Amino acid sequence: MNEMVDVLIIGSGASGAAAAWSLADTKMRILCLEQGDWMKQADFPSNGRDWEARRYADFDISPNRRARPTDYPVNDDNSLMKVANFNAVGGGTIMYTAHFPRMHPSDFRVKTLDGVADDWPVDYQTLEPFFEENDRMMGVSGLAGDPAYPPRHPPMPPLPLGKTGTRYAHAMNKLGWHWWPSDSTIATTEYDGRAPCINLGHCTPGCTQGAKASTDITYWPHAIRAGVELRPRCRVREITTNAQGLATGAIYYDADGVEQFQPAEVVILACNGIGTPRLLLNSASSRFPNGLANSSGLVGKNLMLHPWPQVRGYVDERVDGDHAPMLSLWSKEFYETDPTRDFVRGYTMQFARGTGVVNEAVTSAAAGLLPWGHDHHRIYRDLLYKRLQIGIACEDLPEEHNRVTLDPVLKDSHGIPAPRIDYTISENTSRMMEHGIARATEILTAAGATNLFTSRTILNSPGHLLGTARMGNDPDRSVVNAWGRCHDVKNLFIVDGSIWVTSGGVNPTSTIQALALYIADSIKQRLATLFD
Amino acid sequence: MRNEPETTLSTAETRDLHCVATMMVPPSEAFGVPGADDATIFADITASLGRDVAAVRQALATLAALSGTAFANLDATRRQEVAAMFQARGGTASETLSRVILQCYYRDDRVIRSLGLEPRPPFPKGHTLEQGDWSLLDPVRARPKMWRDVPPR
Repeated sequence: MNEMVDVLIIGSGASGAAAAWSLADTKMRILCLEQGDWMKQADFPSNGRDWEARRYADFDISPNRRARPTDYPVNDDNSLMKVANFNAVGGGTIMYTAHFPRMHPSDFRVKTLDGVADDWPVDYQTLEPFFEENDRMMGVSGLAGDPAYPPRHPPMPPLPLGKTGTRYAHAMNKLGWHWWPSDSTIATTEYDGRAPCINLGHCTPGCTQGAKASTDITYWPHAIRAGVELRPRCRVREITTNAQGLATGAIYYDADGVEQFQPAEVVILACNGIGTPRLLLNSASSRFPNGLANSSGLVGKNLMLHPWPQVRGYVDERVDGDHAPMLSLWSKEFYETDPTRDFVRGYTMQFARGTGVVNEAVTSAAAGLLPWGHDHHRIYRDLLYKRLQIGIACEDLPEEHNRVTLDPVLKDSHGIPAPRIDYTISENTSRMMEHGIARATEILTAAGATNLFTSRTILNSPGHLLGTARMGNDPDRSVVNAWGRCHDVKNLFIVDGSIWVTSGGVNPTSTIQALALYIADSIKQRLATLFD
Repeated sequence: MRNEPETTLSTAETRDLHCVATMMVPPSEAFGVPGADDATIFADITASLGRDVAAVRQALATLAALSGTAFANLDATRRQEVAAMFQARGGTASETLSRVILQCYYRDDRVIRSLGLEPRPPFPKGHTLEQGDWSLLDPVRARPKMWRDVPPR
């Protein structure tokens, strides 16, 4: 049997890595089990001539299509939006675009301010030092002074504006609307052993240059040097409990497929908004017949995925295309609730630089913009590197019918029941999406773009995985308390996006990591009374 | 859901796929480019089907059903009619068929050069991105704060 550890962390992605690093200074024995493997930068797509095609294959954003041995399947047939994840040391930070907005102060008080959903039991002010610490650890490039946020201090300068950004900037100034260079975890200078960005342009499926922060090259080297053990290729099947209702460890399959038991004094889940409820539901027992930590019945419920419509158009000159990081600027003009609109809450607009040679052809053919036959060549040349594209990151409010359950049939390669998601887009979000599409259309028109095309649910649509084990002070209405401890199991913690109460209208990684650091700090502050 | 196990195309399916590639991206003297039926490009297409082969077979079966025979057996006029019907149906199979052809066509050295680009992967050379004029931000910097104050608990 494996030796007892003080803290067992399951999952090495955004939140697991941050928690491991923070807890390392306690000198406790800490072990992280990760179902994926270490990635090698030389294996990332931008090393080869098939770099764009691999986005639809072994670096697809969907685990179902990617189907690596380290992936598990997800039944997402009953959802227009699909699941985005990656299973490796670094988790989803291997496969993300490195857009790094924080939640806004109002996002934590939606019930008080707007009368919908629930307030969080923590607030922006409490998390602010952890946002700052995380920005320093991940290495954020950006620009201080954004009037949309309380003061921030990105440690590196922003990514260049470029030709595409300049187009957007003129358009936004013409309309009098807010824009600002996005916070990004792409290094613009040498930073903590990382090389600066050289504009490979295909940041999402891993950065060969190592400029994009993923936790395998940010938090993990520091955590391992501080004594944390990371054990890859270990897939956890269930959390075990004792007669007192405390977690005792985890049963997992090692790299050879051999079943193992890992005892632990404290267990921390960091498996994302799909993987965590899956594991809790797979850990049902006679003591916890509806799944572990599920006396509220809310494990798996309130799944939020961030609907993300996109509007694109084409200008009369070549702009940056895929010769730069995809992200560029954001606008918060429509982020905060405005009572004159027909929806509550709001959205971030995310301005993309364009796309690559293959993806322009593939997506334009799918959109009906690029025909078969002799006109193909002429029309393609009118599209290539002339694309402006705006994504609309809509806040998705929690609804219990949007949920993760265990699929009765589908299993992973170890025979562990796979997750199934059921998800629909709400009326409020639909109205928000249409508002955003109309505003994006105005911006693109102001930028001189024509041939506009709207995608409401796009190919490879990213679904952020949030809300399925929410935090709160009421054990009947939440799974974990205000500092991430499960109400039902006093030595079981959750630090990933499943604890989110609402989703905000932002990419979640920054806030996920700030929360993980906050929870780890809360554990450290309470070590003597942790299980009271 | 996971894909079906990978298989290979039959001779008849390969003929139909070749026919589709010819119609989708024909050669062009005006632009100085080969078509997707070029021997090198088509060999890349068939060798790169990988996890898409089941969806491609399904798409080709749909085309054959619409044709009433092998798609490649139709005359040029009828092919155009069937292709138009197939494209109008849309869906995953159609998109996959399009993608497997286009992702190989648009990585051929001759095609890439015709677009004024270097035939190379992004790494290690990368690209240059102009800094731009940050004074464009001045009107935004001058705005009052936009975030909402939150009342104390």
